[in-house]
Amino acid sequence: MLFSLNEMHIPDGFLSTPVAIVGWALAFVFISVAIRQTKNQLGDRQVPLMGILAAFIFAAQAINFPIAAGTSGHLLGGALAAILLGPWAATLIMTAVIAMQGLLFQDGGLLVMGWNIINMGVLTAFVGYATYSFVRRVTGDSTRSRLAAAFTGAWLSVEVAALATALQLAVSGTSPIQLGLPAMAGVHALIGVGEGLITVGALVLLQKASNGLLVEGENAPGRRSANIIAAGLLVALVVALFSPLASASPDGLEFVAEQNGFLDRALDPTYSILPDYTVPFIANPVLTTIVAVALGTLLVFVVAWFVGRNTTRSEAAGD
Amino acid sequence: MHYHLTDLYRLQPSFLHRLDPRVKLLAAFGYILAVSLTPEGTWWAFAFFFLLLLLATFLTRLGIFFTIRRSFIVLPFVLAALAVPFTSPGQVIWRIPGLNWGVSEPGLIRFLSILARSWLAVQAAILLTAVTQFQDLLWALGSLRFPRVLVSTIGFMYRYLFVLADEATRMMRARASRSARVPGSRRRSLLWQGKAAGAMVGSLFLRAIERSERVYAAMLSRGYDGQMRSLTHFHMRAKDWISLVTVGLLLIVPLSVDWMV
Repeated sequence: MLFSLNEMHIPDGFLSTPVAIVGWALAFVFISVAIRQTKNQLGDRQVPLMGILAAFIFAAQAINFPIAAGTSGHLLGGALAAILLGPWAATLIMTAVIAMQGLLFQDGGLLVMGWNIINMGVLTAFVGYATYSFVRRVTGDSTRSRLAAAFTGAWLSVEVAALATALQLAVSGTSPIQLGLPAMAGVHALIGVGEGLITVGALVLLQKASNGLLVEGENAPGRRSANIIAAGLLVALVVALFSPLASASPDGLEFVAEQNGFLDRALDPTYSILPDYTVPFIANPVLTTIVAVALGTLLVFVVAWFVGRNTTRSEAAGD
Repeated sequence: MHYHLTDLYRLQPSFLHRLDPRVKLLAAFGYILAVSLTPEGTWWAFAFFFLLLLLATFLTRLGIFFTIRRSFIVLPFVLAALAVPFTSPGQVIWRIPGLNWGVSEPGLIRFLSILARSWLAVQAAILLTAVTQFQDLLWALGSLRFPRVLVSTIGFMYRYLFVLADEATRMMRARASRSARVPGSRRRSLLWQGKAAGAMVGSLFLRAIERSERVYAAMLSRGYDGQMRSLTHFHMRAKDWISLVTVGLLLIVPLSVDWMV
């Protein structure tokens, strides 16, 4: 059977050693908490349930459908697992999936596995879960609002994981952030749509098959801590994204610009929106991406809100 | 880029196959760490590590090109580093004709070093998987104080990986056989296709949950008490210790040479 490689699995050699070790340290903290939390949640069932569901995520990642121009919609699964089982169980499941892909299939490196776990396990689970529960709270308690919330959570989880990956590559000096960030964000805005559609499709089926299952996931441990942790992770990510702009090192585009002689043009006042503002032109691709991702998130969120609100009202009216 | 879902362990009577899995795991991880710590542009050190790898591959009797053949799996990710030669400041040594994009010397050195590191590291990982049974590898992880629950979970996942992958394959085959399209007919919308794929994922989830309950009930009826026990057991013998120390010494050769010069 053929399984497609995911472009978000960082191989060894692409991150610098200190960056890689920080990733492992972070991952260990999250894994330890996840093990304790799922033990409380599941007791003796912990190992067989988590193990088989990890195998499920691995297999589900192979189910795909064509989107456009050779890309296919497929699942990463962190957000779906978090919606169904809670963020801590999802973290543990995704860790097992990523460890298996790295150890058995060399999909993703061993030294850099810590970051792969953080990006595709922890970030997807917590961002997906926090977004899902937030949108649900705002849009009300209808079936369609749940689906809208799930789409928003799944889309954002992929986008955030991609941003984090681009950031780690940039900090390691592997890919300049001014190019890497917009590229990763752009590609994964599309891939995130596939993730969202599959997540919603799965929930549609599960809602019809057994509604109790979904309620169980919503009451999983880590409900309150999920929001705090997701917010903390997002703040850390944003701070980290802005910090390289303050440092002098990422001057790659400046170098390119200098060679091609458009640095003079770039510094021309007509090219800067706020002439007195100190953010240089070079920083703009990063800034633009962050603004674009924020706007995209807002857009998805507003659509989700409309879909959820309108159906809640019509259901309340006895529809 | 795709890979085949098959276990990559290769049974072969060789010295490396018989080593304690902990030694192999530590050696592979140490090798990847050493390669990762090698400074940019230290080509002799990369060559030295490559020779070490060839020596280890030779010892497995799997054929000298065994790891190289599978190593191209990292190729798609090279795209991420492709901008480095153009964006690292430094002396321009070559320009792409027509585009006026300059390749700088430090940029090229960094790019080639990233390639060398990832290429060597992935081969070490391939070799580790090829000469160690996965259950032994997990046992080694547990014995080296990795979180036991995580190791047991991965072990469980390994048992059911191929079962669930088979179910997913059957579902995809069923979908393919039902979605034949008359030439010229309209393609189904993205939304519809996403919903269909999602429904497959959802029913796979239900089957996985149900299977996990059956498995758990079967385990309970056989006396499961929350502890996973394994028949695998290894003891460090003299040749395991000697191998571990030898590999350790070999791996710090480039670092110590660098330090002395």
